[in-house]
Amino acid sequence: MADEIRVEVARYRPDKDREPGWQEYDVPLRTDWTVLDALNHVKNEVDSTLAFRWSCRMGICGSCGMNVQGEPRLSCATFLTDYAPGPVRVEPLANFPVVRDLVVDIDDFLEKLPRVKPWIIRDEEKSVDDGEYLQSPEELEAYQQFSMCINCMLCYAACPVYGLDPDFVGPAAIALAERYDLDSRDQGARQRLDVLIEAEGVYGCTFVGECTRVCPKHVDPAGAIQRYKLKAAQESVKAFLLPRAFR
Amino acid sequence: MSRATGDDLSYRRPVPLWWWLHKRTYFVFVMRELSSIFIAWLVLYLLLFVRAVGRGEAAYQDFLDDAASPWLVTLNVIAFAFIVLHTITWFSLTPQAMVVRVRGHRVPGIAIIAGQYAALAAVTAFVAWLVLS
Repeated sequence: MADEIRVEVARYRPDKDREPGWQEYDVPLRTDWTVLDALNHVKNEVDSTLAFRWSCRMGICGSCGMNVQGEPRLSCATFLTDYAPGPVRVEPLANFPVVRDLVVDIDDFLEKLPRVKPWIIRDEEKSVDDGEYLQSPEELEAYQQFSMCINCMLCYAACPVYGLDPDFVGPAAIALAERYDLDSRDQGARQRLDVLIEAEGVYGCTFVGECTRVCPKHVDPAGAIQRYKLKAAQESVKAFLLPRAFR
Repeated sequence: MSRATGDDLSYRRPVPLWWWLHKRTYFVFVMRELSSIFIAWLVLYLLLFVRAVGRGEAAYQDFLDDAASPWLVTLNVIAFAFIVLHTITWFSLTPQAMVVRVRGHRVPGIAIIAGQYAALAAVTAFVAWLVLS
């Protein structure tokens, strides 16, 4: 195995560049090095001006999402050896505006996420004295998969619908709405449906399925969205057929 | 569209027109969407066939003659290929959209897919029996 690999990194310095360009770095090719290790090597040893986000290095924080060889990936979980002999291309996450180098502007996602109210909503809160909200293993299993989302936004980078129509609420937000809808402790399904039944909500999705394929936590946002569509359709039929009191 | 004006110096990357050729999965998705047109065509073709049968022997024979023309055979072969793609892709996606529970346990996706193929085989066998007998 060669002892170096070439990494082609997208650079964009808003104060100097009209548009992003490429810069090449040769970094040590070590079996235990990820793309993030390579970027940190560049930052520490070669070029301290390179900008990128990262934090935990263990696939928990969701900060280090980047497009590696065209695929949205967590750079901390993407090994250099998988791209040997190279070169390996590293770009900022697709579908988001680039702030600088590999850093993208995530304001749009941060604005959309609270719209679907991803927290437990109760009609009436129990008092502390009444004890905790109990849940059976089956009730936990119903939503657990969707609770694994780390907000890394790889699904948004993979979603062509979001790329073409930035108003689309997007995969992770809808998966999180489904996560709380399926939670036996929650009573906020109606409120979320009002948001997601809009044109930019679930019906924006055309089931490309790419969000599910790239999700590092196996959340299956595409599945969540289709299940939501089914639910929304049932509600629409009920609203049409049943008097208000029976819905 | 490239750079925003004013204080916002962030760079917005345009989505290329041929984005769906960049990845195999995107291409298959677009072909799956396109297959709906061929489904519509085959439904129309079936209705025309039924109408020809209803109009008697001569109309039926005309329909068969038209159906044997090279351009119609080519169109229908392409339409059939798209119908196969449509069937396979949608069958394989069903378990993601439908959660089926039997006695509290979630039915595995592979069983749902197998169920669809079994239903398709049963309907095909019934139609074949109806036509051939």
